[in-house]
Amino acid sequence: MPAMTKKSIALIVLIIGAMVIPFIIQNEYWLHILTLSFIWSIAVYGLNILAGYTGYLSLAHAGFFAIGAYALGLLTVKAGLNYWVALILACIITSGIGLLIGLVALRTREHFFAIYTLCVGYVIYLVIDKWDSLTGGVRGLIGIPAPSNIGPISFQSAISQYYLILFFLLATVVVMYRIVHSLTGRTFIAIRNSEELAQTIGISTMKNKLTVFVLSTFFAGLAGALYASFIRFIGPDIGYTTIIFDLLTYLLVGGIGTLAGPVVGTILIVSVSQSLQFLQDYRMLIFGPMLTLIIIFYPRGIVGMVSEWKMKWFNKKKKAPAETWKSTYSDSEDVREDKVKEG
Amino acid sequence: MLKLAGLSVKYGSFTAIEKVDIEVNEGELVVLLGANGAGKSTVFKAISGIEKWSDGDILFNGSSIKKKSPDRIVKAGIVQCAEGRELFGGMTVYENLVMGAYVHRRKKAQVKKSLGHVYDLFPILQEKKDSAAGALSGGQQQMLAIGRSLMSQPKLLLLDEPSIGLAPLIVEQMFEVIQKINEEGTTVLLAEQNANAALKIADRGYVFESGSIVVEGSSNELFTNDSVRKAYIGA
Repeated sequence: MPAMTKKSIALIVLIIGAMVIPFIIQNEYWLHILTLSFIWSIAVYGLNILAGYTGYLSLAHAGFFAIGAYALGLLTVKAGLNYWVALILACIITSGIGLLIGLVALRTREHFFAIYTLCVGYVIYLVIDKWDSLTGGVRGLIGIPAPSNIGPISFQSAISQYYLILFFLLATVVVMYRIVHSLTGRTFIAIRNSEELAQTIGISTMKNKLTVFVLSTFFAGLAGALYASFIRFIGPDIGYTTIIFDLLTYLLVGGIGTLAGPVVGTILIVSVSQSLQFLQDYRMLIFGPMLTLIIIFYPRGIVGMVSEWKMKWFNKKKKAPAETWKSTYSDSEDVREDKVKEG
Repeated sequence: MLKLAGLSVKYGSFTAIEKVDIEVNEGELVVLLGANGAGKSTVFKAISGIEKWSDGDILFNGSSIKKKSPDRIVKAGIVQCAEGRELFGGMTVYENLVMGAYVHRRKKAQVKKSLGHVYDLFPILQEKKDSAAGALSGGQQQMLAIGRSLMSQPKLLLLDEPSIGLAPLIVEQMFEVIQKINEEGTTVLLAEQNANAALKIADRGYVFESGSIVVEGSSNELFTNDSVRKAYIGA
């Protein structure tokens, strides 16, 4: 299928592009911003598999991000563990806490779930902020080491950190791709479509929701841990509720429930936001209306918008019947769904 | 095979169904007749484990399913094909069918065999296997909904108003297929308003009125019952 090959070519070009960027951008500041947006992207992917594909909007994910960051920070600084051991443990700790919270939170749905998780997120922030003896409270945690060497490879320079985090981002995308295109992924989508229907065909919705919740906290924790070792300093602010709304903005602008959405939205907003630094808080005067317009006209964000344009163009050109949609737009199921309803 | 003993379901203080007794024997095709809101769908939801009931019990092959979760009930062999042709609109026909075999997802050969069986029953689904489910016509969607239920290889199939909103010719085809499914060995419990078509293929039936069973009997008895004729057949 030509559409598929075109897609994989585009993907390879993008990956090669990401590989050579450090040689094109000599400016260390922009490399820093790009690396940072990769880290946020990983967290947004975690949010996307839960909110986008399963339909459960968690507002606790800034908290899980902070748990991952603090777990790594404490394990390396206070317990003196090896970086890589601490990274793995940080992800496990975050998922473990995710499991416990998921068991309770997933008894609620829709806006109750959102409100409940918002509270959970705030409680996590408060615990970090007030538990002075463990977390250092408002003073934060300093002296977090950079990733330790793997054999001859050192991660001290900005470029090597960029590649390390690019690797984790690509790994995240691959995992997400595999999940979304598997029966497990379709099970999540089935739950989003209708939980009752999913139950009547024999899906254990609680088990699947818990799986996806833990999975999504895993990626939030991974992103947090990478953030801690990249910035080398963390404070309770990284778990504050404004962070989750940032993540949500990245996801909505990029395209919720799409595979490319998280990385597109995050890089775009983070870089635009950095370029508009001189406007200070007035930046929000631009982001607010932009977000509103995107949600009104393209509920599936920029990625949804592009798919829709492509589909129109494709249909005009080939007068293609519905059958061909799948191969071309397999990464944004909902655009197809909406189109079907309209037609 | 299936036995509802004095089943009552309440929504808050409202009693949706009250002291319902239904028995379905293995291999039978039993119909539940009744107008909208008579409680047919509530009975189905209770059997599927989606709606909890207050009194009475449901026995499947002799054991209570009260404590079973909906997915365990599907595993045990009862599957519901819900009213209104609920499909996963964004997925293809094929993906919808595979989802239906969720409880057998690890037995690939079995899934393939069920898929072949469903395609034999509804050849149009094979033709359209790569179409988005939402793009199908009403009749095709209903076929897909039934086909998806069959993918779990149920012992007992619950069909909730399969004829709703379909053209008469399609309804006729639909009932032929339902009869065929039953003849192939699947026990069927069918909820219908179209008494005429349903009684033609059913062995026995129950008539629901505001949450209770008012008449029961063989298809012939119901077909000749005056009040049933007046209310549901219109002759």
